Amino acid sequence: MADTTYMGPIPKPTPETRPYWEAAKQRRLVFQACDDCGARYFYPRPLCPGCLSRAVRWVEASGRARLHTFVINHRPPRNYPVAGPFVIGMVELEEGPRMMSHIVEVAADPQALQCDMPLEVVFEDITPEITLAKFRPRATA
Amino acid sequence: MSAHALRGSAAIVGVAESDELGKLPHKSSLALHMEAAHNALADAGLKKSDVDAVFTSGRNMASDVPEYLGIRPRFVGGTQVGGCSFILHVEHAMAAIHAGLCDVALITHGESGASRIAMPAPRWGDDSTNSQFEIVWGTAGPPTGYGMLATRHMHQYGTTKTQMAEVAVATRKWAAMNPKAYARDPLTVADVLGSRMIAWPFNLLDCCLVTDGGGAAVVTSAARARDCAKAPAYVLGAGSCTTHQMVSQMPNYDRWDAAEVSGARAFAMAGVRPADIDVAEFYDAFTITPILALEALGFCGRGEGGPFVSGQRTAPGGDFPMNTNGGGLSYTHTGMYGIFTIIEAVRQLRGECGPRQVAGARTAVCHGTGGIWSAAATMIVSRDQP
Repeated sequence: MADTTYMGPIPKPTPETRPYWEAAKQRRLVFQACDDCGARYFYPRPLCPGCLSRAVRWVEASGRARLHTFVINHRPPRNYPVAGPFVIGMVELEEGPRMMSHIVEVAADPQALQCDMPLEVVFEDITPEITLAKFRPRATA
Repeated sequence: MSAHALRGSAAIVGVAESDELGKLPHKSSLALHMEAAHNALADAGLKKSDVDAVFTSGRNMASDVPEYLGIRPRFVGGTQVGGCSFILHVEHAMAAIHAGLCDVALITHGESGASRIAMPAPRWGDDSTNSQFEIVWGTAGPPTGYGMLATRHMHQYGTTKTQMAEVAVATRKWAAMNPKAYARDPLTVADVLGSRMIAWPFNLLDCCLVTDGGGAAVVTSAARARDCAKAPAYVLGAGSCTTHQMVSQMPNYDRWDAAEVSGARAFAMAGVRPADIDVAEFYDAFTITPILALEALGFCGRGEGGPFVSGQRTAPGGDFPMNTNGGGLSYTHTGMYGIFTIIEAVRQLRGECGPRQVAGARTAVCHGTGGIWSAAATMIVSRDQP
């Protein structure tokens, strides 16, 4: 259930990013792909940052990813709803694009984290409008 | 290969800090610009009326600074790509002077980084890309951003926190010989590794200072430079590049792409190689930053920066004098440190550095980062005119 008293910074969508946030609310993780040059990218933009084509479309990600790199923040911003230390990762989706996110359900300890470790998306509502896509370690078969 | 048209065409003829550096709650950011400008012009033996171009950085500063200083420049540069902007301004000033658009360029910096007197509000709007895709994650600005590269570099190349700490220790030894440096007490690797954790992999002493201060430089043509008060520092080459704004858009986390471009351009224009450099002034926002500068500029290969700085190689008495003023880690770091690399390089070439003087320094490199590894600017200066 969304916590309507969320004290942290709440993203405010622009017209260009609204489809991403609408999808997240429905627990779908989306990025964009260019039909002209094949670039797959995040964050959302109306024209392709690879070739400036307008032939871009939304693609739903599998939610599987790897931890490309990370830091452990011991000094959260004032009023931030997550107590430090917590893990901020650069997550590489298996489809290619990278995004920043929290790495959850793991100790905020460099011994517990490894670059390239497998992850999967989990969603967390912070307001009725905004849902965050976070990532947790994924067991591999 | 014929010499680049800009090689050695301009020189830095005046450099100075503001009257004081440190914690200065009695001075605004614009007052710090003004003090530094005054001092740099005096250093050059020039008057305010000689200045016909102003370069500065920061929100609104390209109009604020000329007004505050009472200058009506016929050429103005306000490129703002973060802390390295002032090195980039030398590149732009050199081009403008060569093109005949101006004769004497004043580059100024002033920042009340610690006391925050008359500083612009730092906050991004809630609908900015930064807010939507980074700040939402509780980032802490530069410490969490720069660390992204550090962690990947450690993973990929085996770079260690001890190697990073060596940078802080070596830099502090230089600071101990600079009376203007803010932190001058001896430091050990154990002190760095034992200091408070800020954002792993950075402890407090892996991070630069937060101070108040200003700096300025005066650039003119090589011909006019000969009539100035002190020996010119000829600009042999300069280059700059920007690859992203948010660290989450950085193209690679195991290398510094922007610096590889800026460095290659600066060295090619200068017609010199890394082995020709006598002293290096690298923006050390964090201990990892100069390690990546060494790699990106070709002083060592990718992934070799950690071993390069080991054994106090960059300390006084080591074979690679680096950040001889004490750097952003120990001398001063107002927020946009780049101007201070220029000031120290010019002083080293003039032989003005007293106990920390690098003997026989003839050619120096200045290199800075802007944003979160976002921009890079590199400059090669020499006391010898090509």
